[in-house]
Amino acid sequence: MGTLTFLLRDYTFQTVALGSALLGIISGVLGSFAVLRKQSLLGDGVSHSALPGVVLAFILLGSKDTETLLLGALVSGLMATLFIVSIVRHTRIKFDSALALVMSVFFGLGLVLLTYVQKNPNSNQAGLKRFIFGQASTLMQRDILLMAVCGAVLLMLVFLFWKEFKLFTFDSDFAQSLGFSPGKLNLLLSFMIVLAIIIGLQTVGVILMSAMLIAPAVAARQWTNKLWVMVFLSAIFGAVSGIAGTAASSLMAKLPTGPAIVVCVSLIVIASVLLAPGRGILYRLYRRRKNRLLLKLEGGVPDVPTV
Amino acid sequence: MSPQFEIQVIAVIVAVACALPGVFLVLRRMSMMSDSITHTILLGIVLAFFMVHDLSSPLLILGAAVIGVITVWLTEMLGRTRLLAEDAAMGIVFPLLFSIAIILITRYAGAVHLDTDSVLLGELAFAPFDRMVIAGVDIGAKAIYTTGSLLLLNLAVIIIFFKELKVATFDPMLAAVLGFAPAFVHYGLMTLVSLTTVGAFQAVGSILVVAFMIGPPVTAYLLTDDLKRMLILSGLIGAVNGILGYQAAALFDVSIAGSMAVMTGMVFLLVFVFAPGRGFISALRRRKSQKIRFAKMILLFHLYNHEGTEHEVQEAGLDTIQTELHWDTAFTRNIMALLKKEECIEFTDNMVKLTDYGRLTSIHNYEALFSK
Repeated sequence: MGTLTFLLRDYTFQTVALGSALLGIISGVLGSFAVLRKQSLLGDGVSHSALPGVVLAFILLGSKDTETLLLGALVSGLMATLFIVSIVRHTRIKFDSALALVMSVFFGLGLVLLTYVQKNPNSNQAGLKRFIFGQASTLMQRDILLMAVCGAVLLMLVFLFWKEFKLFTFDSDFAQSLGFSPGKLNLLLSFMIVLAIIIGLQTVGVILMSAMLIAPAVAARQWTNKLWVMVFLSAIFGAVSGIAGTAASSLMAKLPTGPAIVVCVSLIVIASVLLAPGRGILYRLYRRRKNRLLLKLEGGVPDVPTV
Repeated sequence: MSPQFEIQVIAVIVAVACALPGVFLVLRRMSMMSDSITHTILLGIVLAFFMVHDLSSPLLILGAAVIGVITVWLTEMLGRTRLLAEDAAMGIVFPLLFSIAIILITRYAGAVHLDTDSVLLGELAFAPFDRMVIAGVDIGAKAIYTTGSLLLLNLAVIIIFFKELKVATFDPMLAAVLGFAPAFVHYGLMTLVSLTTVGAFQAVGSILVVAFMIGPPVTAYLLTDDLKRMLILSGLIGAVNGILGYQAAALFDVSIAGSMAVMTGMVFLLVFVFAPGRGFISALRRRKSQKIRFAKMILLFHLYNHEGTEHEVQEAGLDTIQTELHWDTAFTRNIMALLKKEECIEFTDNMVKLTDYGRLTSIHNYEALFSK
């Protein structure tokens, strides 16, 4: 208990926990839409594709400010998305292959640029690599402020376009027939998802960001059939695992924050998949057993069709 | 052999070894599984390392391959509950296993040389330092032999089980009926992918293995419909990517693996734009020629339909016809000029008239479209 109160008063812990919680909320909300639209792996693709943008922004603008680097990440993430979409549209190559190709090529380009920067003796490139693996412990108050502002804008957009996004997610044909432009909505939503991914990069890194986008949403999906409940739960799951992961990594020596957060959120997913009422695995087992018992007790009709 | 030459030999071997199983991944729509496996094998390596405490033990490769197959199995099991989509299942399994691996490394393997950088990013330039010495004789870089045996294994499996792989890929139902056990083929292929990933990541790093596995097959897929040809083309394209990538890396003094991945993207882009039949340019050209052919047909139908009726002056007037068809003026002039050249129409009294030949063509087109 003593360590815990000490932890809560610790400035670094407060900053990192706040950042991780914000990230959890943002990725939880937007991840819900990504998962429902079956674009879960887009997060993986975009976060890998952000690397060349980060390095290029550093080379061209010569600044290591979070804002500059994130801007570069955003541009190259969007470019990668554009490439993927046009490959799928103009060839017979499927989405998954296009995604795998584009993200690995972009990541390769990022590495090339990174080695190019490293040769340059004047520039101290330290800090660029944290975008590959993510380092929540380097989060500063400025970064938190940026996350909060971006997050507020994103949440407000979700709130404003709630009806449109909902309709578009579940029945895009119907949305189109009502006169909504699916192209523009798709673009807006994709743009927002990309922005959410980019925000998370420096906390959990390229590789683990996809989990933050997918896992809270998948866990929330098990507990409800209502979109707003799912989005709300997903945000809570994201925030809780952000804080829990940060706390675990502060309390234990040599426990990296990003992976700790991912393990926390994965535990929530496992619990949800097993325990959720109505949908969960345990409930289904129970129901099957009950049905079998009922069948035995009351007897089945002899000519039940068998599959 | 000079180190430069050795590096290129290794690059070509790795590229071809990756491209071969990659063809089946692309065709089976499992491309992202390669990404998933390249991340999780780290856990297999770490766990095996804790058991044997030796970084050069072959058990590490075995552990990695086993975890690769477990990744596929876990993903499919989670997907089969139908509680979440297949892609979401993948996005949950691999980050978790990868995170566990990172935590284990940071906590317990800090002292040994098992840092995440070298596993994830790889460094081909160091490969020639690790020599294969048999009875005191240096017979080349070790990586040539490890990746070489990998290539031979892949070649052997694909040649021996070609028929089974082909049927199971294109028609899993037929494969099951014929008794090929699709599950066996599936997990066999995934074992091969895991082994290839393990063998290749030492050279090029785990993330770029994806570029080597998916890039060449996707490029070849734009060039051919034949599975055998696709396999051969993928191998060739992979080899070319490897050599060009190395040359570019040497020229600019940058990451070799990264440069080869960039080359993969460039070669794909070239094929994407210029491929005969399926490329971007030929698709645009085909779309344009279809548009013109369709417009010519429409104009002939329009004229035939209104020929000799009371509205003919309005419907077929030289200046009013484009408003009747809802076309813009330039496009209408263009189409009329083309039809005039083919002697289907003629211009008389400020009106567009069908020639005998044009009338016949119109009737012929109509019958070709609607008589069944």
